[in-house]
Amino acid sequence: MADKEEILSGLAEIVEEVAGVAQDDVSTEKSFVDDLDIDSLSMVEIAVQAEDKFGVKIPDDELANLKTVGDAVDYVAANSK
Amino acid sequence: MSNIDVVITGLGATTPLGGDVTSTWDGLIAGRSGVRTIEADWVERFDLPVKIGATLAEEPTETIPRVQARRLDRCEQVAIVAARQAWADAGFAEQTDEHTDVEPERLGVTIGSGIGGPVTLLTQDDLLEEHGIRKVSPLTVPMLMPNGPAAHVGIELKARAGVHSPASACASGAEGIATGFQMIQSGRADVVVAGGAEACIAPITIAGFAQSRTVSTRNDDPEHASRPFDTGRDGFVLGEGAGAVVLERADRAAARGARVYARLSGFGITSDAYHITGNHPEGIGQIAAMNHAIQMAGLTPSDVGHVNAHATSTVVGDVGEAAAIRKAVGDHPVVTAPKSALGHLVGGAGAVEGIIAILSIYHGLVPATLNLENLDPKVDLDVVSGEARKVELTAAISNSFGFGGHNTALLFTRA
Repeated sequence: MADKEEILSGLAEIVEEVAGVAQDDVSTEKSFVDDLDIDSLSMVEIAVQAEDKFGVKIPDDELANLKTVGDAVDYVAANSK
Repeated sequence: MSNIDVVITGLGATTPLGGDVTSTWDGLIAGRSGVRTIEADWVERFDLPVKIGATLAEEPTETIPRVQARRLDRCEQVAIVAARQAWADAGFAEQTDEHTDVEPERLGVTIGSGIGGPVTLLTQDDLLEEHGIRKVSPLTVPMLMPNGPAAHVGIELKARAGVHSPASACASGAEGIATGFQMIQSGRADVVVAGGAEACIAPITIAGFAQSRTVSTRNDDPEHASRPFDTGRDGFVLGEGAGAVVLERADRAAARGARVYARLSGFGITSDAYHITGNHPEGIGQIAAMNHAIQMAGLTPSDVGHVNAHATSTVVGDVGEAAAIRKAVGDHPVVTAPKSALGHLVGGAGAVEGIIAILSIYHGLVPATLNLENLDPKVDLDVVSGEARKVELTAAISNSFGFGGHNTALLFTRA
């Protein structure tokens, strides 16, 4: 299982690719919608790429709960194989 | 119609001749061709009989940032490029929450497209077939819908008076401009960004047009393939690009001291009710469209000194239009066919060619029709060939006709 630092940096790469947010700005306390200005369409893309990158499943009802970058890091850490 | 005067205060375009209006116009005056060999592996892979197209001179991603571009179909990208240029050319600054040069509730967008984003549709269908639903982009629908180009421009400019996207095949861009004119004349808007966009050079469109036997197969000589009105013509050349104009209430433009390129004085839109691809043999719809435009402008045919022809370089279409021009306007107008240089931009054509007609009035200069070596005797019109011709113009018509029997004539006059 990847550690949380690796997950955060991997997630930041995806967010930059999809939404153009600089990787340094992707930190755990940030809200995807309110701070990083990511819309629901881009969130779907980010989730699909994260599933591939970390080998996790992110069902839609779980995705709705991932408000912050930290939420996503914790979810991946807990569920990746 | 109302007596609200509408003028053109901004122009924007990206075409096979250049990434903006100036380079496109300079290319036309210099007699350059935007038609080239299509550099794509699929031409050989599918053994397509057509290996030429009028591809963009400048990739839209040179001006649209990567993250924005990946959310847009190419057709939407070219619309945004053209609209941004037209907006800036009109002297307007970026519309923000804090500052707007045009009140959003008085600003409209009317940008047509022939088919929207078929390349997105096909690409996403491939992903669905190969990898299943997970790989299908959530942006699939907004990227393929034909109102996408207009909608994106409307969002960027904060236009809240209404966004329209006429779909009338190769007349879409001209109908976009006519629709914008109507928005202002009916009192719905004071400023409208109007035009058309298309970017659909792909295996399926080339194959489909090739099967309909309407495109040129002069593959060994791309620059001479598009030859409207010439006896050697053998079909049109598919192109891509977009044009946008800023239409503005004349009194508003005057009050802010805006540069005015020309006045949009009238239009005619008719439908043939005859055949899905063929023109009416007597050209009744084309003639009526030009007649309506002249009447709406309060002019007579003798006032119209120039016709920017739709002329796509097809055997039947060019002769039919020539006859319609002679009937509706006469044999006096100076005629040119810009598709000889630009190829056929489909939904972008009417807008880009409208801009060329506007600039012909503004500069008193009509670009030559390329490749016109032997004028078809059945044309019997004064078609400019060789080099651009200086002509003082007070009124000019730009024709656009589309599959489905759509006929649009725009009438511009000197401001």
